[in-house]
Amino acid sequence: MFGEYNAIEKKILSGERLDRADGIKLFECRSLTWLGALADHVRREKCGDYVYYNVNCHVNLTNMCVSQCKFCAFGRAAEARGAYAMTIDQAIAVVEDALNDPNMSGLHIVSGLHPTWTFDDYLSIVRALHERFPQLYIKGFTGVELTHFAKISARSLEDILTDLKSAGLQAIAGGGAEILSDRVRNLLCPKKATADEWLEAARVAHRLGIKSNASMLYGHIETLEERVDHLIRLRNLQDETHGFQTFICFPFLPKNTALEREIKQTSMWDDLRTMAVSRLMLDNFDHIKAYWVMLTVPVAQVALSFGANDIDGTIHKETILHDAGATSPTGLTEDAIIGLIREVGRIPAACDCNYNVLRIL
Amino acid sequence: MRLTVEEGIRLFDCDPIELGLRADAIRRKKFGDVTTFIIDRNINYTNVCENECRFCAFYRRTGSTDAYTLSIEDILKKAQKTVNAGGTQLMIQGGLNPTLDLKYFERLFRAIKNCFNITIHSLTATEIEWLSRREGLTIVETLKRLQAAGLDSLPGGGAEILVDAIRQKISPRKISTAGWLEVMRAAHSIGMKSTATMVIGFGETAAQRIEHMDQIRRLQDETGGFRAFITWTFQPTNTALGGSKVSAWDYMRTLAISRIYLDNIDHIQGSWVTQGERLGQLTQGFGADDLGSIMLEENVVRAAGTSFDMSTRKMIGLIEGAGFRAAQRDTQYNILRRY
Repeated sequence: MFGEYNAIEKKILSGERLDRADGIKLFECRSLTWLGALADHVRREKCGDYVYYNVNCHVNLTNMCVSQCKFCAFGRAAEARGAYAMTIDQAIAVVEDALNDPNMSGLHIVSGLHPTWTFDDYLSIVRALHERFPQLYIKGFTGVELTHFAKISARSLEDILTDLKSAGLQAIAGGGAEILSDRVRNLLCPKKATADEWLEAARVAHRLGIKSNASMLYGHIETLEERVDHLIRLRNLQDETHGFQTFICFPFLPKNTALEREIKQTSMWDDLRTMAVSRLMLDNFDHIKAYWVMLTVPVAQVALSFGANDIDGTIHKETILHDAGATSPTGLTEDAIIGLIREVGRIPAACDCNYNVLRIL
Repeated sequence: MRLTVEEGIRLFDCDPIELGLRADAIRRKKFGDVTTFIIDRNINYTNVCENECRFCAFYRRTGSTDAYTLSIEDILKKAQKTVNAGGTQLMIQGGLNPTLDLKYFERLFRAIKNCFNITIHSLTATEIEWLSRREGLTIVETLKRLQAAGLDSLPGGGAEILVDAIRQKISPRKISTAGWLEVMRAAHSIGMKSTATMVIGFGETAAQRIEHMDQIRRLQDETGGFRAFITWTFQPTNTALGGSKVSAWDYMRTLAISRIYLDNIDHIQGSWVTQGERLGQLTQGFGADDLGSIMLEENVVRAAGTSFDMSTRKMIGLIEGAGFRAAQRDTQYNILRRY
């Protein structure tokens, strides 16, 4: 490759850690395939040829949300059209429906910050789902929701997480990190967890032995430097706790959001370079996920060559991003996922929310 | 070093990102960071076609209620709008319609050239071969008459996969591999340049894709008449053949392989038409130096100025969004305007 990039390439190939300046240079790199090839190299060394996926069901308990983030098309006020809040029975019915797939193995539960629900309301649904479906793993709640629970119940994150764990929660979802910069958060989502609070929720979870995921919502008002800083903040916490399992790139989908008029959807070029740079910067993360709902299925498959080793799951019925105009299907069959992993010459591995392999195909 | 057929086939076992890297290096060496496009108009003069290929959703039988044939006046109107919108090329292609003879095309091309300064990049090998049979002329005679009437160059369509075993399965009545190559050889021999295409997704093997590329590469060694190579994917909707679409992953690696294997063809075009704009942008990283046409759609042209301007802007955005520099070209790949 060209001049200044030789040094970075050398660092990557020798396993040396990249610094902030390197990260920025990587984002400025003109050659997408060079980035991809390096990320693919790192992926092969670190993760081998398995591509992980879940046979899962998303459960979004409510779309009522007091946070009103500008990048969100899902959350709404309680009185708004289309607002809903599930009862325990309704949540159970969603899962029952997904259980038509005999391989269904777990739940992904993320929801709005409901204006009147107490922490116990959320907790009792987790408990009920776990009691009714003990065979299903439960991953759920983002750092934003956990911070909200601590605030509304005036209890510590330790207490919140301990309760959730004993109710059946096995892992924390990766959302809500957005961009871990207070400049960006003040402009887009001032009402929810700050960057420090989001990180603190992850830190406490990890301390209690609960693994979590991390993510980055990019392609709105953030700068490339802020993307790099975001990745470094995650990397620093991972050095401290080793509690993050996977990193997920979320390209911002502007449709139906407050930013729709100002911001254009990211290009696939940006999506793939961000995937590759994330793999290269996050040297202490085991997994990088290509979330097909946002990337679309064809791009998620291509992303498997740009550093990703996880393609999320069957999902059953996605709603949050389809409210934001996602053009992908709302769910995939397991056969479709297996087919697209096999086509690229990799090995499909169905896993639970903690990357315990359930079946290798 | 030129790749052998066997080496070409083995490329399909490589990871696409490695292929992309190699293809990108070749592209950058040849064209730097410039990606070109052309403003042109597709005019499909008739949808009546005797070939009835199983992969086609366009053709109609004579007498079918939605069969159509455009008059020369209709086509001139479309040409006028193309010129008004800044287009430099007409791609006039259609079905094999028994009511249209060589004279129709001669009249058509003369009329266009009389009225406009525009390149006629029209009629695929399939149409040329059919016309020559209809008229009892040789291929060269047919081409010479069309050339005298104003035909400048031939688009590369109709090649599909240049392996007769595949052609028998998907389009038994259509021009054979040898026939397609013969038309191209004849065109090149009278100074008429062309492009070449490949359509993937018919269940062909890696070896058959390379066989196709090798046919093109050998003829190019002989004539030097191919300006560009374009890979498309079979679009299964509404066709007799049906089946599922080739993945973006497969498209990208095949595109990269075409850049690596076809060492004697300058331009490799990425197809946003079959891949969509977003994946079309990505082809620039996998060896493509040209994104083809912004293809003025009839309704777009009708809406005039604004819409057309939007699509040029969109094309420039796709190119610049990937860190390349956009340039408008003509049919001969001369740069007309840089952005």
